[in-house]
Amino acid sequence: MRKRLTAVVALAAMLGLSACGGGDSAGSDGPVSLRMTTWSANEAHLKLFNEIAAEYQSSHPNVAKITFDPIPFESYTTTLTTQIAGGNPPDLAWVLENAAPDFVSSGALLPLDETLRKTDGYAFDELAPAATKLWQADGKLYGYPFSTSPFGIFVNTDLVKAAGAKSPAELIAANAWTWENAVTTASAVSARTGKAGLVVRDFDYKGWDNLSTIWTGWGAQAWSADGKTCGFNATEMVDAMTFLHQAIFTAKALPGPGTAADFFAGEAGMTITQISRASLLEKQKFGWDLVPLPAGPKGGYSVIGQGGMGVLKKGKHADVAADFLAFLTNPANSAKLAQFFPPPRTPLLTAATLAKTNPLLKPEQLQRVVIDGIANGVVKPNHTGQAELSQAVRSALDPMWKADADVRGVLDGVCSAINPLLAK
Amino acid sequence: MPVLMDNGAGRAAPRPAPGGTAASPRRGWWTSRRRDQLAGLLFVTPQLVGTALFVLLPLGLVVWYSLHEWNVLADTFDFVGTDNYRELVDDPKLPGVLRSTLFFSVGLVVFNLALALLLAVLLNQRLRGTVVFRTLFFSPVVVSLVAWTIVWGFLLQDNGGVNGVAGAVGLDGPNWLRGEWTALLSVIVVQVVKNVGLNMVLFLAALQGVPAELYEAARVEGASRWTQFRRITVPLISPTILLTSIITVVGALQVFAQIAVLTQGGPGTSTTVLVYYLYQQAFQFHQFGYGSTLSVLLFLIVLTLTVVQWRMRRKWVFHEQ
Repeated sequence: MRKRLTAVVALAAMLGLSACGGGDSAGSDGPVSLRMTTWSANEAHLKLFNEIAAEYQSSHPNVAKITFDPIPFESYTTTLTTQIAGGNPPDLAWVLENAAPDFVSSGALLPLDETLRKTDGYAFDELAPAATKLWQADGKLYGYPFSTSPFGIFVNTDLVKAAGAKSPAELIAANAWTWENAVTTASAVSARTGKAGLVVRDFDYKGWDNLSTIWTGWGAQAWSADGKTCGFNATEMVDAMTFLHQAIFTAKALPGPGTAADFFAGEAGMTITQISRASLLEKQKFGWDLVPLPAGPKGGYSVIGQGGMGVLKKGKHADVAADFLAFLTNPANSAKLAQFFPPPRTPLLTAATLAKTNPLLKPEQLQRVVIDGIANGVVKPNHTGQAELSQAVRSALDPMWKADADVRGVLDGVCSAINPLLAK
Repeated sequence: MPVLMDNGAGRAAPRPAPGGTAASPRRGWWTSRRRDQLAGLLFVTPQLVGTALFVLLPLGLVVWYSLHEWNVLADTFDFVGTDNYRELVDDPKLPGVLRSTLFFSVGLVVFNLALALLLAVLLNQRLRGTVVFRTLFFSPVVVSLVAWTIVWGFLLQDNGGVNGVAGAVGLDGPNWLRGEWTALLSVIVVQVVKNVGLNMVLFLAALQGVPAELYEAARVEGASRWTQFRRITVPLISPTILLTSIITVVGALQVFAQIAVLTQGGPGTSTTVLVYYLYQQAFQFHQFGYGSTLSVLLFLIVLTLTVVQWRMRRKWVFHEQ
């Protein structure tokens, strides 16, 4: 009985393994198909990508098909990694900034410099160093930062007016757009309109890296630039977090934990998010404005989030994929992509160019938030092993989100939780 | 199935009678008994192949992976022997995870079985409207798990429906998903309400199989309702209690989606149960080797509990079919 069972298992295992192995050898000479994973299922985005792909295929008959495969944003990196683990890696993939160090340093991605430089008319040197920094290792570029999107504050001007508070535009004109005043306005909205004041989008008391849009104004950082020293219990961070804690629990300027409010559904006076979300405002009936982040005690600052595109080394047609990437991101196509994603190419980073393709935003908003933001922006926290770090910080920060929290004590706790991980 | 296997059906590929058919009479080897065995084997083959491919093979692979350090991004797969098991023993987070798992599972099993039995006893009365209530309590079982959990996520928010109802009757509800104990309790209740209908139906079926004469006799002897329940109902439905408790314990140890949707293991690590922890290790932290080690641990825990429950049945299960 046992012997027979073993035979059955062995047979099944052989069937299973040979089924897994079957796909690899096929089609290395014939027309190839490319697949790129994205976290955007936006129809307009996909339409543009498909148009560019069609144009590429018309001049490259060796490529039979290029598909864009959207994966939900929340589980993007997990799903991508699982596909790679399962032996089904995409040929090209979008990579989030918080996963960039892992992808860049692991050797999962193909170095792109050579392919991009030798592509006719690519103008490799146009890429802004501030934008490509995160995507480089040992002097080689592993990802093309197709989207360098600064954080700004969207304002529901109707709600602010209804609350009788000073609007951010007025505060900017009076040179008084500071965090203190921003919280006063948000607090008034929450007290007088019954809606939320200020929402840090995607934070929801879990996505703590979005709080860097606030604490950077205090000069605080999650960890040192070399990634080795915890910054959570530094004085700047304690000050910033104390301010935030009071804004949440005393001034009620931000909705408390476990309270949902969507700015884009008209449920909040202000929200901190990336300008790429402006498309969500297209059908809104309320009046709105886009302003830069307020000044903190250390003055003005900006924070950027990035998205990169890379070629998976394990993909079946890595060279073809790299060639397509060079086409997709050449100056002409970069200009097209710029309508959705702020590009890393310096000649495209002018208010006039961006205004052509961002009709919802005024040139001065683009200049203030996007162009100035990219020039001196601090990238959101990122580190190798980010997922584990992020989880450790989230769970150590949880005690902070109570009215009677000991801010300093909690932040010390965060450092003891992540120090072993930073030392890895 | 065991009967078929034990009779040596595995070898029973129908050999075409070798060479000289005339020499070996038909009824020699190829008997009708063997033909039946072959037919039986063919009938169970799809199930056997399925089990081998989708149960036994992955099970074996997980054990194999647990002996490796597997970095998906760097594409390395190195044999590390028992390193992952040593890491398991030294993992500072594991005791907390096991504690959460224990609280969660005990809470879930006790709540679920007690409520299911209570509902079944109540709905076993011959009263008008019981069908409506049976349907009502069973309907969550057929609702999509994730949809059910997302809706509860909204209801349990600080400004959500549950606290709205509490506020209407003058109570100040806690922030359910943000407190360590209330979050654990919330996940348990959401899961119990979702699945209690299934156990309820099993209990109902068992209750209806208890002969009415026994109650009649007990009443004649002057037994109270409670004594009847304890001395007649419970022993007679004990096989079903065993079945539901095994299903519920195994189910409790495998709860994942509710936690992923409602709490992501937080606040702190209060709802990080073993399955969620292994998901984090494997799929979020990319440590597939260690994740596999954790799943081997989970397998052993489930196996042990099931075996223990099965062994203990002799002590308290009244009769077996």
